[in-house]
Parts: sequence; structure tokens; C-alpha cells
Amino acid sequence: MKLVLSQEQRELRAAVRAFLGAASPLPKVREGYDPEVYARLSGELGLSGLIVAEEYGGAGAGFAELAVVLEETGAALLPGPFLATTFAAIALAEVPDKELLTAIAEGRIAATLAQPSIDLIADEVAGESATVTGTLAQVLSGMEADVLVSPALTGDGVIMVAVELAGEGVTRTALETLDLTRGQARVELAGARARVLGPRTEGGVGDRLAVALAAEQLGVMRAALDAIVAYAKVRVTFGRYIGSYQGVKHKLADMHCKLEQAESIVRYAAWAADESPGELPEAAALAQAYVGRACFEVARDHLLLHGGIGYTWEHDAHLFYKRAKTDEVLLGPPRVHRARLAESLGL
Amino acid sequence: MNLTDYRRTARAWLVANTPSDDRPQGDPTARAKEFMAKLYDAGYSGITWPRQWGGQGLTQAEERAFAAEATHFTLPLYVFSIGLGMTGPTLVDRGTDEQRARFVRPLLRGEEIWCQLFSEPGAGSDVAALQTRAVRDGGGWIVSGQKVWTSVAQYADWGLLLARTDVDVPKHKGLTMFVVDMRHPGVTVRPLRDMSGRANFNEIFFDDVPIPDEHRVGEVNDGWSVAVTTLLHERLSISAGVGMGGQKDNPASVAALREVLDTSDPLVRDELVELHIRSRALALFNQRLAQETNAGVFPGARGSAAKLLLAELYLFQADLATRLAGPASVVGGHPLGHALSLAPGMALGGGTNEIMRNIIGDRVLNLPPEPRVDKTVPFKDLKVGTQT
Repeated sequence: MKLVLSQEQRELRAAVRAFLGAASPLPKVREGYDPEVYARLSGELGLSGLIVAEEYGGAGAGFAELAVVLEETGAALLPGPFLATTFAAIALAEVPDKELLTAIAEGRIAATLAQPSIDLIADEVAGESATVTGTLAQVLSGMEADVLVSPALTGDGVIMVAVELAGEGVTRTALETLDLTRGQARVELAGARARVLGPRTEGGVGDRLAVALAAEQLGVMRAALDAIVAYAKVRVTFGRYIGSYQGVKHKLADMHCKLEQAESIVRYAAWAADESPGELPEAAALAQAYVGRACFEVARDHLLLHGGIGYTWEHDAHLFYKRAKTDEVLLGPPRVHRARLAESLGL
Repeated sequence: MNLTDYRRTARAWLVANTPSDDRPQGDPTARAKEFMAKLYDAGYSGITWPRQWGGQGLTQAEERAFAAEATHFTLPLYVFSIGLGMTGPTLVDRGTDEQRARFVRPLLRGEEIWCQLFSEPGAGSDVAALQTRAVRDGGGWIVSGQKVWTSVAQYADWGLLLARTDVDVPKHKGLTMFVVDMRHPGVTVRPLRDMSGRANFNEIFFDDVPIPDEHRVGEVNDGWSVAVTTLLHERLSISAGVGMGGQKDNPASVAALREVLDTSDPLVRDELVELHIRSRALALFNQRLAQETNAGVFPGARGSAAKLLLAELYLFQADLATRLAGPASVVGGHPLGHALSLAPGMALGGGTNEIMRNIIGDRVLNLPPEPRVDKTVPFKDLKVGTQT
């Protein structure tokens, strides 16, 4: 089990952090998705192909590296379809048709994944082509993604399909999201042309999504804690820095403890995804059950400790708070992860 | 020898030499001393300590490897824990060569038992407020006062004693560290029963106990910096033992509770999941700290987070387990009732949870310190302990 970063992983972190600091600083995230940033993230840094196997044009890196990157995109509250495309890449790695994977690795397309329920029906399945119908109530980055990857029901079992979201028969409606930094869309498909990717993916896709999301959550909570710690060193009340009061300091210490544990769990879960598939179901459920909650609690307390300014629209605190809540419920209500954990423990 | 071989050899040695759990009659330290001598002779005592003073001069990697193997055994090392974890490392770091030559090897070989004498009835979290006096007497010192919470003092040959040597300067600047002979007739050791009914602690009275100046550790009035060294070692030795095998014999662990509870009840199941989440989170944090240490990154004050989390976990799980087990847990010396009585100990000993949070805030997050009213005032003018 490997819980500490290698020299190369620390360099990767520094590179992504420096890039995002310059290309997507916090004041910019309210402007939403910037395709230019996504293009450079995929092109210059090659991050869209990070976990794509080398034979399909990617870097062939593992979840340990992916976690390092998602922690940084999370800390930056990066808008746009990077997480959604990562989700799609995780699912695409398990289907026979790898063409889309190459397109993602080369940064030609952004994608998203419908999950976890099966809401589409596929008709006229013939070889690689089909038409699909159905409504997806909430698709992550559905307005920004070019391609939707989804399971679909046929008369003969479940298959995986890909749909061009700008194509005919597709109606996309942007949803008003609590999270101001990353969008979701309602996607209606009415006989839309789809590409058949193969049979339904098994093999722990859901677990890998859980690990990837936990890495983003780790970044969100780290950035939130950093922000309030910095503020506690400059904000003065009653003639003292607020960080000198135990009422503040002790809460920050508890938040730090959560962060230390969350990082340990994310490193463990990423290691399990790479090296120990037998441990992955439990590690992934643990990652969502612990990190999802811890991230929201830290984001909440970071907002509260800012005082009144943290409740204002212009302050960034609510951006973290809202991203943290949105992430906590992104893969379903959190009890789902606790139930899976109970199951994997044989309880 | 590579680490895998080292570990294999250590395991074989432990299998062959660890005494059985049967409690022998007579002196409880005899078996411990016998085992410790064997441990030393086999090269497993003081693994990272300097060779010159009797250690093995190896790295943290070997120590961790041995510790990992040792978690599978119950080693009778309790009476040496203060010497090995706190007072010994302090002498190695801060003692004179004469002191190291005199004390370190007998400690590592289990020939002498040590205790640590810092806390007093009026000086717990604020240990620098202590009132035990050491007064110059010719070439040496005479000590009078009272200490408390002293583990293994009833068996100890030597104590590491922090005493006040100057009351006319601020409190941190008038302390000096000494090695005191616990067998001197002026030393009275009285057992102190804690809330679990055990007497693991003692209170100690010093009535004009002489100490030669050669047993002074560090400079006169520089005892606080020596004490900080000791306390750092204390937190490390507590947090190093955390989480690895620590749940093994715990009646309130998930593994133990699932055997006695109805886990078909979804409410029970969810509580056990919560306990599992917290236990795993801390265990993984400790493993990460251990890996960092092996990679040469010293955890320092971050060890306080591990200690705080362990204390919180003990409180949480004993409370949860008794709620799950119901009325049976609070009668007839039930193991979970006993766990509930033990639980507050970890949150108080070795620094309270509040002190741990101060340390994390001040030294990990670098938050501004609390304003201090006692920092520049001469000790004799402070309101501390019995001094008004």
C-alpha cells in the first residue's frame, strides 16, 4: 500500500497547480466554462488522456496520478467538463470500442457519463449503430460535453452507447445548479443516433468514479481550509487575530484532522484502484462515505468562520460550500455509499 | 540484511521468545526484565538508538518493521515504556556523555526502570507552572515537592524530574531537569486509583531528596527546553502505536461488536459502518505518517492530530458500543462498561484534547498564538498551584 506521493507525482501536482493558478484563478470561476482552459489542460498538459492507455493515445497513468490532478482541479473549483470527461474515460476503458477514448486523450472531444440508473432505451440496434430514446434528468456538464456515454436497454440486455449531444433528436436544457462553478443539464433523447460501444460495463466503474470524485473533494476541502486559515491570520476582532481564539483555532484543528484522514483515504483508494482490485469496492465506498461528508463539513465550517462576509454573494466561501454539497450527492444519496460499505464488510 | 529478511528474522525471534500470557506469581517486573535482557541481546532493543550508547544504530525502517511484527504479540514491556519512549531518548538527545554511558545501556537491557516526573496537582496542561523546588546544597541539590500521574513509579529505579530552581524569573526560565534516585528514602510513592478502578498511576512526594549535580540534565534553568524534547518523544511514542494493531483486543471494535450484536438490524449496521469509517480513517492516517517517516519526513506536530483522533475514537466507540449493547453493558464488570471507564484516559494523558488542538493550530497551521499574561512575570508573582 502506498500512501505518500512520489517525486514525479509531486512534480505533476506542482505543474497542474501552477497552470490552474494562472489559467483559472478563483476570481474567474464564476464566468463558467472556458473551452480555452480545457483545450490547454488536454493539450499542453495532456491531462484528458492521463489515465487512457498508451495504445489509445493516452499517458497510461494510474489513479494515483489522476487523484493528484483531480485534487488540484477541485481546489481550483475548475468549471467545465474535466471531471465529466474523466468519468466517461473510466467507463470507456471497459468497452471494446476505444475510438472515443482516443478522441478524449487527444483533447478533440469532451464527454460525460450517464449514471447510475439506466434511463435510455435503444432501438434499431444494428452493428455499431442504434437509435436511443429517453430522458436523463441530470447530466454532469451536459451543456459543455460533446458526447454522452450511457447504458441503454435493448430487447436483449443492456449495452453501452455514445450519443453526439449536438446531433439531431437531442434536446439539452441547462439546469439552474446550486454549484455556480459547474453545470448540469437535462438531456432528452428522441430517436437520437447512437454508436454502440459494446455490452454494459462491469468491472468496478462505479468504484472508480467514487475514487475520482473523492480526489476532487479532497482538493475542495484543502482549498477551503487553506482559505480560512489564511483569513484567521489577518482578520482582527477585539484587538486580536481571530486565529488566536480557541473558539476558532480548535475548530480549524479539527478541520485539519479531517483533511489528514481524507488524504490518507484518497491515497489508499487510488492505490487500491491501481494495484489491489479486491480491496477497491470497500476502499471506494469508504472514500465517498468519509471524504464526501468531511469535505462538506470543512467547506461549511470554513464559510461560518469567515463570519458575515462569508455569507455574501461576492465572497468565494459559498462557491466551496455549494460545490462540496453538489459533490457529496453527485453519485447518489450518501447512504448508498454507507450501504455498499456495510455490504462489503459483510454486515 | 535487507528489510524483508530483517522482518522475517524478527518474527522468528518473537515466535521463539515471547513469553506466554500466563501471569507468573511474585515480582511482576521479573519476567519483564528477563524478556528485556533477551530482547537487548538479540539486538531488538534501542533499534534506532546510537551504537555508542548501547543502541543498534539502525533506521526507522527497521524499527517500524520490528514494531509491525511485534503487533502480533503481547510483549511484557509496559514497565519500560516510559524509559524507552521518553526518558531514554531525552538522555540520548540532551544528556552528558557520562549520563549516557551510565544510564542508557541498563535501560535498554531492562536492568533499570524509569519514570517521568513532570506533572503536579497544580500543573497539568500548564506543566511549566510546577512548584517542586530544587535548591542548591553545596555541590548538589535538595528537592522537595509533589508529583502526580506518574506511571510505573512503584517499580522505578530512576526518575526524570523537572523542578523549579529559580522563582525570580518567568516560569519557563526557572526550571531545571534532573535524574533522581527513586530508591532514596526521601521519596514516597503512593498508588493513585483512576476512574476505572486500576492504580496505574502514582503520586510521589519528595522530602529533602539530594541529587548530585552530575545528575542535572542540560543547563541550570534550561529545563523547559529539555522537557519539550521529552514531550515530543512522548507524543511520537503514543501516536506510533496508534491504529496499527490497536483495535485487536478492543471489545468495542467493529470486529468484536459484530459478533455480539444483531447486525440484521439496519440501525445497528449503520452505527457499525460509522465506527468502521472512523477507525479506518485514523488507521490509514497513521499508516501514512509511518510511510512518511520511513521516507525521511518527520511528522513532528502532526503526530498531535493522530493522538487527538485516537482519543476521540476511544470516546466515540466506547460510548457507541455501550449504547448498542444496552443495559447488560453497565453491570457485572462488562468489558464495554470497562472500556467506557478507560476511554477518557487517552483524551487526558499525554496532553488533553484541548492542548492537542492548540498544538495543531499553533505548530501545524501556524495560527497566531493566544496572548499570554504569564510570560514575562517572575514565577513568584504568579497565581499558580498553591501559590496565591
